[in-house]
Amino acid sequence: MNVTIVDYNSGNISSVINSFKEVAKNNINIKVTSDLNKIKSSDKVVLPGQGSFKSCVDALKKINGLTDTLNEFAITNKKPLLGICVGLQMFADIGYEETETKGLGWISGKVSKIDNQNGKYKLPHIGWNQINIVKDSKIFKDIKNNSHMYFVHSYEFIPNDKNIISSTTDYSSNIVCSVEKENIFGTQFHPEKSDKIGLKIINNFLEL
Amino acid sequence: MLKNRIIPCLDVKNGRVVKGINFVDLKDAGDPVEQAKIYSDGGADEICFLDITASNENRDIIYDVVEKTSKKCFVPLTVGGGIRSVEDINKLLNCGADKVSINTAAVENSKVVIESSKKFGSQCIVVAIDAKNNGDRWEVFTHGGRNNSGIDALEYAKQMEENGAGELLVTSMDRDGTQVGYDIDLMSKISSKVNIPVIASGGVGNLDHLIDGIKLGKASAVLAASIFHYGKYSIKEAKDYLDSKGIPVRI
Repeated sequence: MNVTIVDYNSGNISSVINSFKEVAKNNINIKVTSDLNKIKSSDKVVLPGQGSFKSCVDALKKINGLTDTLNEFAITNKKPLLGICVGLQMFADIGYEETETKGLGWISGKVSKIDNQNGKYKLPHIGWNQINIVKDSKIFKDIKNNSHMYFVHSYEFIPNDKNIISSTTDYSSNIVCSVEKENIFGTQFHPEKSDKIGLKIINNFLEL
Repeated sequence: MLKNRIIPCLDVKNGRVVKGINFVDLKDAGDPVEQAKIYSDGGADEICFLDITASNENRDIIYDVVEKTSKKCFVPLTVGGGIRSVEDINKLLNCGADKVSINTAAVENSKVVIESSKKFGSQCIVVAIDAKNNGDRWEVFTHGGRNNSGIDALEYAKQMEENGAGELLVTSMDRDGTQVGYDIDLMSKISSKVNIPVIASGGVGNLDHLIDGIKLGKASAVLAASIFHYGKYSIKEAKDYLDSKGIPVRI
């Protein structure tokens, strides 16, 4: 099986690479590239993302044909794709970080700043928080409810269709921390930094 | 609920741990990779390396250490010490560091924090503030505590937040190494001044000090070095103790 981690200069992805390589078994080939043909021929794609919504969308667009290739992969061909952090946020129609920016529009909704309730909640939301699994998700196989995951973000994805939400976490409000819509998966937390339980989620995705 | 983080810090010099865990079953007590792995297996919420290598020719060793560690530890790894430029940050992140902690360079050249937080995101930029009480205020020191910048630590903390820091690692120089507890006054004043998380550092001698840092110092995370070295307390003992006292931790 070929799994591609999309390398589109979205910031630091070495931890994502290390964790997938750690989990991957012999028959799983992890590639790190932005080569369109390699993405097209992959069985699964991982879309990481660090920094701002705008900087990630800009970086995606900078690579000619990448957005179309990802659309074809995830929407037309319905192959499994996992977005991590801003990678998940980019599924939205629109994001408001820095300035209003259009997202991939795969899951309708918006990405807005977490309400810090006048300073009551520190931002970024950094550290380990528990996930409340609200819907069965294939990537949560053998993951216990209330497991701790590592988060670092100031913006949250607010999808219009609440049925695609698979887990939330409590920080100021119930923040969406994972989604599953058919073949599209996303986590707001960082499975690659969430210790053994995070690696288990990565393994679940690889075993889909 | 967001948990309070416990962060063990390892001082690394020329690629070797200076003060390490004194465990008999360690193959190599000076190997930072192996020590970091013990901490992460023990439940550390993050690992921090402070590179205290003095000579320039040995500066590159830390990259190799970070690269090896990041392949074995799947919790966040913060690396500080000797970072001078955006390029240094880029190199560390590429080697597998999740965050960098910037001290002297943040004081001397505000562009380093501004540009790196724009380029890599605030989530990976920690500004380390070494502060010393001079009677009526705290002043920021640089160069491993050797130079007094004369800058007010509270004002500086606010400035760093505006410049794009995602977290502040606040060390009380008065308390560092004393084992009498964090400078609670300093921690709580800085934490109240900014809206970003504060990591308390400097002075931990026992587990109650960790609680004080969180409860009284309003820190989001507590960093300690020596209490975890030489096996005085394990990470698990620390977490169990905090949990028993009602402090939310990841167990």
